Amino acid sequence: MRGGETEWTGLMRSANAGDSVAYHRLLRAITPVLRAATRRGLARAGQPVDQAEDVVQDILIAVHLKRHTWDANAPFAPWLFAIARNKLIDALRRRGRRVFVNIDDFTEILPGEQPEDTLPPSEVASHLEKLPARQRDVLQSIAVESVSIKDTAKKLSMTEGAVRVALHRGLSNLAGKLGKE
Amino acid sequence: MDTDRLIRTLAADNDYRARSVGWMLALAMVFAVPVSSAIFMMRLGPRADISQAMSNPFFELKFVIVIALAIAATAVVLRLSRPAAPVGRWSWLFVIPAALLGIGVATDLLIPQQSSWSSRMIGSNSMICLSAIPLLSAPLLFAALAALRHGAATRPALSGAFAGLLSAGLAAVLYASHCFDDSPLFVATWYSLAIGVVTAIGALVGSRVLRF
Repeated sequence: MRGGETEWTGLMRSANAGDSVAYHRLLRAITPVLRAATRRGLARAGQPVDQAEDVVQDILIAVHLKRHTWDANAPFAPWLFAIARNKLIDALRRRGRRVFVNIDDFTEILPGEQPEDTLPPSEVASHLEKLPARQRDVLQSIAVESVSIKDTAKKLSMTEGAVRVALHRGLSNLAGKLGKE
Repeated sequence: MDTDRLIRTLAADNDYRARSVGWMLALAMVFAVPVSSAIFMMRLGPRADISQAMSNPFFELKFVIVIALAIAATAVVLRLSRPAAPVGRWSWLFVIPAALLGIGVATDLLIPQQSSWSSRMIGSNSMICLSAIPLLSAPLLFAALAALRHGAATRPALSGAFAGLLSAGLAAVLYASHCFDDSPLFVATWYSLAIGVVTAIGALVGSRVLRF
């Protein structure tokens, strides 16, 4: 499993250097691990496992928005698991549970354990509605309709720069809304 | 939204580069220090005999101690804003202000003086000290917490406490130039108490606002 972690660290370094393909690969690689760990954490807390995907998405958004707090000279996995643990505890707290999350849930790495299920509209999707119009339109276009930044700009008659700003603000706002419930 | 789509969206936002937490904290202080200084000049101001006071090593020691405290708190709070970053080594920086204060107190007790040690400890400004340091800390603490929200504090109460320590340390730099009580006994008692109050407020507020 050490090999996987070293690979993550390398991918994150490339991502920070501007390689969004590496970043995409990294996020895809960590997701099944996060999913497995989240399910285990929820099960241990006596919570329904079908909420795992919401927590996983919450973790991914936090990883994205807080990635500047990762020290590029440190391994990536401990940072990732600290973020994930924090988000899982937060999710359980919001569900009114006082639970101690076992750190081992996030240190035993089981890549590709569970295939993704199809799920009802996620928390992320329901909060999308509450964003300011422009951010919502941009996120709707890029996230839901999978339109590129370039084509989104054309479609909404905005500059690419403005689309990027709205995308980032939208994601930050979304994170804020996910944290408050 | 399914997770694959979310991942693609996040990857599309990879060009966005956030500023470091250290940079944000520095920026916050650039705004907050003048505010606290203005409050200080309006409400208290430096003591009238400041030029004579400069020749008193105990007067200077006050500044060295609180500056060392603020530096140590800054180093630790920045580590705490990074998940999984080890903090241990940096907390040794607190030995510096503590040792300086200890040496100051010992010296104060050992050299013969006109007033008794208890009157030096009680001093004449204790109530002003207890209210001024928290008051002057307020803008600094507010700004520091706002900057630290940019980080990722997995121990928000602890981060808030060190933000309080940092703010109170800087506030004490201002206050020290007003205060007539230079005895390290006074500093050890009243400054510590006032700084402790701000640290506790920082922990309390931090546990709410620094959660992410």
